[in-house]
Amino acid sequence: MSGLGVVSPSVSARPARRLMHGSEAIAEAMIAAGCRFFAGYPMTPFTEVLEEMARKLPDVGGVCMNAESELEAVGMAWGAAATGTPAATGSTGQGLSLMQESLAEITLARLPLVVLNMARGQGDYWQATRGGGHGDYRHLVIAPVDVVEAVELVQSAFHLAATWRNPVVVMGDYYLAHTARAVSVAPIDPGPAPPNDWALTGKSGGTGRAKLVSFLGSVKQRDDVGYDLAVHYRACAEHTAAMLRDVPPQVEEGLLDDADVVVVAFGTPGAYVRAAVRSLREEGYKVGWLRPVTLVPFPSDAVAAAGRRAKAVAVYENNAGQMVDDVRLAVLGAAPVEFIGGLSLDPSGFGIAPDLDVGLLRRRILDVVERHG
Amino acid sequence: MSGPRHPPIVPTDGPPNAPARLVDDFTPALVDVGAHQLCPGCGEPIALRSLMEAIDELELVDRTIAVFGIGCYTAFSNNLDVEVLQALHGRAPSVATGAKRARPDTIIVTVQGDGDMVSEGLQEVLHAAARGENITCVMLNNGVFGETGGHMSAATVLGQRTKTSLEGRDPVAHGRPILLADLVARLDGAAFVARCAVNSAGTVARTRKALLRALDTQRAGAGFSFVEILTMCPTGWFVETAEAPRYLAEHLGAVHFSGVLKDIRAEDGTPA
Repeated sequence: MSGLGVVSPSVSARPARRLMHGSEAIAEAMIAAGCRFFAGYPMTPFTEVLEEMARKLPDVGGVCMNAESELEAVGMAWGAAATGTPAATGSTGQGLSLMQESLAEITLARLPLVVLNMARGQGDYWQATRGGGHGDYRHLVIAPVDVVEAVELVQSAFHLAATWRNPVVVMGDYYLAHTARAVSVAPIDPGPAPPNDWALTGKSGGTGRAKLVSFLGSVKQRDDVGYDLAVHYRACAEHTAAMLRDVPPQVEEGLLDDADVVVVAFGTPGAYVRAAVRSLREEGYKVGWLRPVTLVPFPSDAVAAAGRRAKAVAVYENNAGQMVDDVRLAVLGAAPVEFIGGLSLDPSGFGIAPDLDVGLLRRRILDVVERHG
Repeated sequence: MSGPRHPPIVPTDGPPNAPARLVDDFTPALVDVGAHQLCPGCGEPIALRSLMEAIDELELVDRTIAVFGIGCYTAFSNNLDVEVLQALHGRAPSVATGAKRARPDTIIVTVQGDGDMVSEGLQEVLHAAARGENITCVMLNNGVFGETGGHMSAATVLGQRTKTSLEGRDPVAHGRPILLADLVARLDGAAFVARCAVNSAGTVARTRKALLRALDTQRAGAGFSFVEILTMCPTGWFVETAEAPRYLAEHLGAVHFSGVLKDIRAEDGTPA
């Protein structure tokens, strides 16, 4: 018998486009990428992803667990991932707060895992990029702008997780989960991933070389002294440094060549910033936009280059100012960096209307242009 | 060579003429070290040895994954010739669930203490049992947080002195102990539930028997199996090492009663 295993994407004609809300498209993308284990606990706006996985995963021989809490959801995903089964979990930022202890140690146990954050607004940037847990670790973080991009990036998240044996966080929000788009979820062939000969199957027991998957060490010392945490933590830190060095940052840029003011935004607001900048360009204002697609690694070089050419950099986020720190670190004083975002005004707390308003964004960008342009 | 082997005759009418040394290897097949680093008189090595012997006897070693919690026993995860998946404090049952569901052909055993399973992670084991998760959870219960140096856990019995209940556990100040095996046995998903101890040759033999039955329950796909093992902790109990087995019987064992609390296969007529 074998486990659920990695299923190679089948070579088939690209499926027809179908109108799907983001949760369903993300679920289909996860399954297309080989995900065969999912565990979650309901919470808006993550709930529908769990619903879709519960409906779809059994049809492909996978398992979807109704975990009794976020603590158990991440625990179950941890156990499945340790057997080499492509696994994912997720929640909103609040639920992910509960998971942070495990997410920190899963990283130090060097396990691949995809973690969805269907966030409320954008207040979880620090949680995702700095890690809300303890110790020295980093997650890769990807922030799709819309459903179409999410279908590709979610699949690449599984490949990155398998390649680097490290959790990858996909940052979404209420809009991404609930916006319906006509999309085609075609499996992407990402090329080979390293063999998962580290995965537990039970079979190495009794051989004298029984495997270990642990955040305390990568191999059994087989002595009576025990784990050397200093050796393990240093090895993990070296691995993390290599990952952050070698994973290429992704960024979308537009109209930057002669821009006096560059507006930076990630995720859904990136689309609204793009629209506001384009309409200001039509009126002759020299503005451009830059959207980090990967939040970790942060596209610091691209932001720095834009900062050197511009008179000012503006950052829009639906929070009290988080990514603006990374923008300032990248620009390093080459231009003033202004925060033009703000906390969501949505009384439901879900981070939806009335915040994302192209007219409002235009006014805030124009204010920066008038002072620096 | 044939015929009976006789051990060498050692004169005892004077001091030994050479240092003592092992004349035979008593280390079980699945344990890599002949000595442990835990305190003298600790019951956990006996319990873990019993578990390894049960896995060996049932010939399950090439399909077993042991999911360890965090406690003194965690040190042993380094020295066992079974695959080990290290979980966080309290979280082994959900990690075990994920591994078992992803690879149903494996035998999954959690090893946790009372601080880990009852204090920190109570809901994990209860939900796993209620789900009828086809795993085996083993709880080493010494009624104290041994690794941190003898602090009160949710299984500490009334009157028991710990570093955080110096005058003894008081029901008003500290609440009453949770008798986990009794709680688990009430859940419909639990197929086999036993509480045993390792404070005498007889109790160790019964512990082995319970572990064999629990693993066999999982092998048969019959549902959740649970073995609670009372272990000595002379350091955390502040008693002399040699006194610990009797202390266990008189204090911990007088509240956490030993016995097979549930065996649905026995009710069905499946022989133990």
